[in-house]
Amino acid sequence: MKRSEYSFNDSPAIDQVGVEERIARFSKRSIKKESKLTALKMALSMVDLTTLEAKDTPGKVKQLCAKAILPHAGFEGIPSVAAVCVYPNFVRIAKTALQGSSVKVAAVATAFPSGMSTRKVKLEETKWAVGEGADEIDMVISRGHFLAGEYNFVFDEIAAVKEACGEAHLKVILETGELSTLDNVRRASDLAMHAGADFIKTSTGKIQPAATLPVTLVMLEAIRDFYYETGKQIGMKPAGGIATAKLALNYLVVLRETLGNDWLNSDMFRFGASALANDLLMQIVKEKTGVYQSLDYFSKD
Amino acid sequence: MAKKQTKKTVAIKFNTDWQYAPAPENKDHIRLEEKYDLFINGKFTPPSSGKYFDTINPATEKKLASVADANEKDVDKAVTSARTAYDKTWSKMPAKERAKYIYRIARIMQERARELSVIETMDGGKAIRESRDVDVPLAAAHFFYYAGWADKIKYAVPGASARALGVAGQIIPWNFPLLMAAWKIAPALAAGNTVVLKPAETTPLTALKLAEIIRDADLPPGVVNIITGAGATGSALVNHPGIDKIAFTGSTNVGKIIQKSIAGTNKKYTLELGGKAANIIFEDAAIDQAVEGVVNGIFFNQGHVCCAGSRLFVQESIAKKVIRKLKDRMETLIVGDPLDKNTDIGAINSKMQLDKINKYLKIGVNEGGEMYQPSCTIPSKGFFCRPTLFTNVAQSSRIVQEEIFGPVLSIQTFRTVEEVIEKANNIPYGLSGGVWTDKGSKIFKVTSALRAGVIWANTYNKFDPTSPFGGYKESGVGREGGLHGLMPYLEVEHN
Repeated sequence: MKRSEYSFNDSPAIDQVGVEERIARFSKRSIKKESKLTALKMALSMVDLTTLEAKDTPGKVKQLCAKAILPHAGFEGIPSVAAVCVYPNFVRIAKTALQGSSVKVAAVATAFPSGMSTRKVKLEETKWAVGEGADEIDMVISRGHFLAGEYNFVFDEIAAVKEACGEAHLKVILETGELSTLDNVRRASDLAMHAGADFIKTSTGKIQPAATLPVTLVMLEAIRDFYYETGKQIGMKPAGGIATAKLALNYLVVLRETLGNDWLNSDMFRFGASALANDLLMQIVKEKTGVYQSLDYFSKD
Repeated sequence: MAKKQTKKTVAIKFNTDWQYAPAPENKDHIRLEEKYDLFINGKFTPPSSGKYFDTINPATEKKLASVADANEKDVDKAVTSARTAYDKTWSKMPAKERAKYIYRIARIMQERARELSVIETMDGGKAIRESRDVDVPLAAAHFFYYAGWADKIKYAVPGASARALGVAGQIIPWNFPLLMAAWKIAPALAAGNTVVLKPAETTPLTALKLAEIIRDADLPPGVVNIITGAGATGSALVNHPGIDKIAFTGSTNVGKIIQKSIAGTNKKYTLELGGKAANIIFEDAAIDQAVEGVVNGIFFNQGHVCCAGSRLFVQESIAKKVIRKLKDRMETLIVGDPLDKNTDIGAINSKMQLDKINKYLKIGVNEGGEMYQPSCTIPSKGFFCRPTLFTNVAQSSRIVQEEIFGPVLSIQTFRTVEEVIEKANNIPYGLSGGVWTDKGSKIFKVTSALRAGVIWANTYNKFDPTSPFGGYKESGVGREGGLHGLMPYLEVEHN
């Protein structure tokens, strides 16, 4: 959508107290046995297995890719994760390692995690990452400009990165931990979607708080309104701070009752996480065998 | 705009491949007697008529227990025992000792919270989520709160002196059986009165469990008497000459009958009657949270709430959006087994009430209202009603004017603040209301213009023992809860 058709003042107010009450109510749904196993597998298939450390090595990235394709060797019926998320300089390595699998390569770009660089640099980095083979680009918005009320700047930047992405999917990281209010989260979500985001994403994982349930609900509601307004389905990715299966299932409940069946898949919903995968695996094995196994039986990468 | 061209069906599909697991609350630990007698003078006593009636589980239509039917003789026995207890024990006891008993009741209620909430759900049909999280904790909180007042009555009436009235006759409804018993008994005891309480005939079990708790708390015999029965029992209680005060919660019709029968007597009274609350959403509101509040406002306890927000007023500019969001939200409500922890909406309390609701649904449609119900399935056995909303209704529609006491919401639109205030007040009731707006100034303007006893801003159905509750106009007389709730149980003399 063009900027002229969308006003930055269109976003509705958000009442934090109401959002928190709603979240408390979601957490009371019962998920166990068959329902739990289905949800655990679904959650695993939605994971963007992530490594975003400056000390990352080609070896570590390759290991991660192997785990992404086959999360728990020797155990039937475990799905691959959705994607591997790395810095741009590891995209080619990941792409090669994942060849022939369904697992996508996501690259963080645009001077991740701060975004403190020029547009030119950001666009070049994006194009380079796509050229290396990235299927998905996770960009960060310029929070400084957003908080200063320079919404046009942020809008244009997202639109430009989207163009630079070409065929690659664009995930727009709002870094909600720096936006301070849910009103800002909602406005940033609306702005990002109108500017061309394919996914909106909570956090880089480098700032606390990262993803939270209230923030996620507000973003999902923005996605729902945008869907009714335009007919376009935008995806959602909470990232950072989701380390346990139990919490992940809570996210799925919120997703299920906000956006329904069409979003309950890895094309429309992702978890940005690293430790989560093993907890999901441990719970899946527990559901199937009835016993918990030591963490030593799950590979740490 | 682009949206006009891409005209595929845009709808959220809540019917998902992934389903929640059934989670019925365990009821093995519940002990129910086959037969319950009347709790008079600290003992369970058989009714003088020898007659009993059945109380059933409205979700299964199966009998839970037989309950004694108290006649005039039994009422007289109960009132006499309350009078004796007042004269000989309760009025002579130091106030702080009375407080200890009330505290003890509160604590035992907390200890037995699980049992109480399961029985409340079985006998009344409400979702366990609500009896567990709202009814029972709030009932205990009322006892705790008023226990604190017992030895501080003189601070409640500065510059005056106050004494108890004597014997209070209390009649409570079936929508919040245990909670209403707490609302009635706790302030009466704290103020120094003794009590004869009659629970509703469809939901007597938690009141009888409360009688057990009161017995276990060693309350002196006769301070609290709990007698069961239907309208005739209530009428005998109201007309008994030994009663000093009547506290009634129920329908406006019965409230009027009570007012007539005690006219010319010295009996004091408080009446908490029907309601038809306006819930008002302005265009600047936090819409998603307002929609959630509207859903809680009308579908809480199957809509069996006197302060239910049954009339929704939406500012015209956001009406379409709000209605769409309401429909989506209703699609995710789970209607079914009240004992299942997932259930949002349980069973309608009785066949009679279900018939009444269904009658109003027909009236609504015949009046030209457009009815919407979500696609959820409802159990074939038991009394269930889908959550319902009506659009295309007017002020004159009967479903807008009359209290339905079920999960039925009517929606009207408005353009200006003045218009909505006029419409909201244009009703014989005045119990409660809700206002949803992001503007503080608007909250003050609208809430002070609404003629209703309780008004919530940007929230709904919030209760607290410290906060008074009661209505204007045909919604009743007097207040319950808080300092105000103490006054109807006191004779105040200004020095």
